[in-house]
Amino acid sequence: MSGPRKIRVDLALIAQLVAPDSRVLDIGCADGTLIEHLFRAKNCDARGVEIDMREVQRAVTHGLPVMQGDADTELVNYPDNAFDYVILSRTLQAVEKPREVLAQMLRIGTHAIVSFPNFGHWSLRLQLLFKGRMPMTAGWNRMWFETPNIHPCTIDDFFALCEVDGYIVEDWLAADEQGARTPWRRSRHLANLFGEQGLFLLRKA
Amino acid sequence: MDQSPSITETPHQSVTFAAGLRLDCGRTLASVTMAYRSYGTLNAAGSNAILICHALTGDQYVAEPNPETGKPGWWEIMVGPGKPVDTDLYFVICANVLGGCMGSTGPRSPHEDNPDQPWGTDFPQVTIQDMVRAQKLLVDHFGIAKLFAVIGGSMGGMQVLAWAALYPEMVFAAVPVATASYHSAQNIAFHEIGRQAIAADPYFYAGHYWREGMRPERGLAVARMTAHITYVSEEALTRKFGRKLQNAEGLSALGDQFAVESYLQYQGSSFVQRFDANAYLTITRAMDLFDLAADHGGVLSRAFKGTRTRFLLVSFSSDWLFPTAQSRAIARALNHVAANVSFVEVQSDKGHDAFLLDEPDFHQTLRGFLAGCAEHAGLA
Repeated sequence: MSGPRKIRVDLALIAQLVAPDSRVLDIGCADGTLIEHLFRAKNCDARGVEIDMREVQRAVTHGLPVMQGDADTELVNYPDNAFDYVILSRTLQAVEKPREVLAQMLRIGTHAIVSFPNFGHWSLRLQLLFKGRMPMTAGWNRMWFETPNIHPCTIDDFFALCEVDGYIVEDWLAADEQGARTPWRRSRHLANLFGEQGLFLLRKA
Repeated sequence: MDQSPSITETPHQSVTFAAGLRLDCGRTLASVTMAYRSYGTLNAAGSNAILICHALTGDQYVAEPNPETGKPGWWEIMVGPGKPVDTDLYFVICANVLGGCMGSTGPRSPHEDNPDQPWGTDFPQVTIQDMVRAQKLLVDHFGIAKLFAVIGGSMGGMQVLAWAALYPEMVFAAVPVATASYHSAQNIAFHEIGRQAIAADPYFYAGHYWREGMRPERGLAVARMTAHITYVSEEALTRKFGRKLQNAEGLSALGDQFAVESYLQYQGSSFVQRFDANAYLTITRAMDLFDLAADHGGVLSRAFKGTRTRFLLVSFSSDWLFPTAQSRAIARALNHVAANVSFVEVQSDKGHDAFLLDEPDFHQTLRGFLAGCAEHAGLA
């Protein structure tokens, strides 16, 4: 394995939220780019779960600890507080039971880091308003009948869920499609209108 | 198949441990001989050793021709210079299991109370854990405080799990392949057919066949034929043989008409030349007795509590003898104790035997896993 390499901007943003030397579980880790980065750059004990066997094989062949499994079913197997951070990047909207997955993440980890595409973005709102059809954007690019994104939500929706389920939002930000930070931090409502993705760092109350 | 006198003894490299070994069954073997082969060089720190655990009918000749059959080592595709288990980097040990018939103490070894005779069916029933304790004697003998990795498929995978459970501090990385934490009822059932076939052979003589200068070859061959079917997938059998006939003159009621029949008969007859029937009985029973969870109050994860070992579990999609669900159950048990676990199911139509065959995805996965572990162990 080689030294630290440049990673996608959205993963870099997530990595910034993770403290050095911590225990991390990355759910939906794909080929393990983020866990490798967290190991090399932050000396984390980082592991992954990934549903796609080809990606799992790629990660393990690269020397990374990744197991094949489904976010909806595998998290129950871990003990309480096994990790400092449990990461779910761009996947929450695709799981079968987002609320349950979130609850499991904050059971097995002291922190959860969650990112998701914001369905409240102005371009989606306009498309729905004027065309009357399900919006199609770079992030929401599959037709409604075949999209894996079965649980779309907005940044405001996510804040509301955190409040109902008693999660403390330690940090949050809106990001553009590439995952880079956007300036909409000061206002939730502006972020909800102009942010293409939401990124949250949560902990239990 | 002709009945011939006892198997010719080939000398095997071995160490004898005069202090003996207390077995799970409560009995004690007064002395234990472990036949083994090693490849590569142990580094000064003794930190680059890999123990390979062989399967039911395997032996210590993992990476070189077997001296009794002249056939290539059973895992030459995996172990050797530049291979995934690279003997240029690692010191590889493989020992014949306790209860085996390739030089380690087993039913064919001299009886403790009557050294002129082999143990035969008087040999104490050993367990997978006993096999591991005997291997530990050998590892200690090499002065190795911690194995870099323990790797094995099928029954070898059971030994890997037992190693990780019995001596967690001695195992940096564990690779149980195509295995299970217990032998299923279906697997026990297939073994029992084999044992019954051996017992029904008129030349078995209740296990004392050596006295008569005979061997229960037909029974052992049937046992092997039955077992062999469980090692391959329906798809692989169809691809290899289909309904092909061995000769084109049409079917008669008897004789090896279908190609698959003559293939199985060949598997059976070549096996009896190299394997002892009593050892087959002992080892199949040891597999049947294996149930790691049962040893820990019925909860598998307790076997691995607090483990710091890095695990790689591998299963094969068409393996119906040790199906993926069994490996996944082990992975989940390891998740319960927040162990470091990688788990891959390799797509293959070759059935259980896939772990021994040319499966590039598996080989690359294992190579990469070992490289990653070597980095964490400070070997790279």
